[in-house]
Amino acid sequence: MFVYADNAATTSVSKAALDAMMPYLTDLYGNPSSLYAFAQKATEALADARKTVAELINAEPREIYFTSGGSEADNQAIVSAALVGKRKGKMHLISTKFEHHAVLHTLKRLEKEGFEVTLLDVHEDGVVRLEDVEAAIREDTALVTVMFANNEIGTVQPITEIGALCRSKGIPFHTDAVQAAGHMPIDVKAMNIDMLSISGHKFHAPKGVGVLYAKRNMPLFNIIEGGAQERGKRAGTENVAGIVALAAALKESCENMEANTDKIIPMRDKLFAELSKIPHSKINGSLEHHVPGTVNMCFEGIEGESLLLMLDSYGICASSGSACTSGSLDPSHVLLAIGLPHEVAHGSLRLSIGEYNTMEQIDHIIDTVPKVVEYLRNMSPVWDELVKGERPHLI
Amino acid sequence: MALYSEKVMDHFQNPRNVGKIDDADGIGEVGNAKCGDIMRMYIKVNDGIITDCKFNTFGCGSAIATSSMATELIKGKPVEEALKLSNQAVVEALDGLPTHKIHCSVLAEEAVRAAVKDYYDKNGIAYDPEALKVSDCEACSME
Repeated sequence: MFVYADNAATTSVSKAALDAMMPYLTDLYGNPSSLYAFAQKATEALADARKTVAELINAEPREIYFTSGGSEADNQAIVSAALVGKRKGKMHLISTKFEHHAVLHTLKRLEKEGFEVTLLDVHEDGVVRLEDVEAAIREDTALVTVMFANNEIGTVQPITEIGALCRSKGIPFHTDAVQAAGHMPIDVKAMNIDMLSISGHKFHAPKGVGVLYAKRNMPLFNIIEGGAQERGKRAGTENVAGIVALAAALKESCENMEANTDKIIPMRDKLFAELSKIPHSKINGSLEHHVPGTVNMCFEGIEGESLLLMLDSYGICASSGSACTSGSLDPSHVLLAIGLPHEVAHGSLRLSIGEYNTMEQIDHIIDTVPKVVEYLRNMSPVWDELVKGERPHLI
Repeated sequence: MALYSEKVMDHFQNPRNVGKIDDADGIGEVGNAKCGDIMRMYIKVNDGIITDCKFNTFGCGSAIATSSMATELIKGKPVEEALKLSNQAVVEALDGLPTHKIHCSVLAEEAVRAAVKDYYDKNGIAYDPEALKVSDCEACSME
């Protein structure tokens, strides 16, 4: 049985998205910047998509900028706020330890350029505390950026509260909502969000298209210079088909959000309940503040990459925060940020469930994971030492 | 192209010589759980020949595959010959490894050396300590 359980990495393109984009890949290929009626069809499609996306997050169409994806949106939001801050002598940026690398690496670059960055703790439950944000804010804070939901462990952050705090202090607030858009309600006005990043392929649009929402009074600086597309803030001929697909996919996801959540939660909860029966396993991240589909667990005494390869041979697509899968010597910064020891973080597994998954597939995962964990533990010298009591259990 | 060669996948999915030898003549363990891989190698020696060899490994797919291949390459060989096993020979026997996985083959080479060293120590056989040195892995020495 083939089971795609890596929906936090990417999703399949939905029929609605594909149908919506197809005309712009075939007959209606005009450049939206061209004058003639034929190209104006593309211009109209772009305007409609912008309006649709704006309505779905309670923004104005002129506050929506289409980008190549979530990473570009994160880069532009952070760099823009930093440059505005710099002009006013504000050189301090606040974020969290477990942001996506699109945020962390942008902050790192700004640090080299003289900015000071405070990365907040996310505690054992993977949730940032409002009082920590408040304590970190200074006179010279130029931006607070906190992700809406974490991509690895699925924990949801107190966005509305942080937004309100930032607004009361006059500090711009950005959130990377890549894992939340299409899966959780977003209302930029009610949530006090000044800037927000979205990536289409996390909710059944194609890869290579995203959104930066920037509140009307938020100045933006270009990452890509050139033509006057996106009101001069993002050059390059628009990815019309991708943008149309993103709007269609977001609309479909938001309209079906309740039904999708009702379908996903029982599957997720069954995974948590059944996989927790594996001895010396641990659920990562608070279950109280959680996106619907993400399951992240650690199994002591085994390593994540070998776990993924074994699951692959049973048809299961999943991911891990082990060092071997990250391509570096350290396991995932997210798992380290919630206080897991290295040796435990190496044995992590992320399953991310979507509305296209079925309970039969969940049962296949539940049948397979314990077998594979046991098989790998049986050949693991670490597990051998744990069983003999020569090494203390950490979980 | 797949991440691993067919041979690596074969040795990962059907590892040879997995297990322990209760009355082993030499046991070598290398690596560190913190870094994400540990190999433990058991050898049984008779008349200077490695008559049996088994392994336990905690680690990624290539760590398991290189352990498996190393046991195959030294089983039935004289101890001195096993000592000459290079990580390159393990890599070649597996039809190559991705660059960032070469360190797994180094661990396999060192696990063999550590097991032979243990055998020499237990049996009072003299050896050049320099030649049987097991280096720390890159990540551990960075701490």
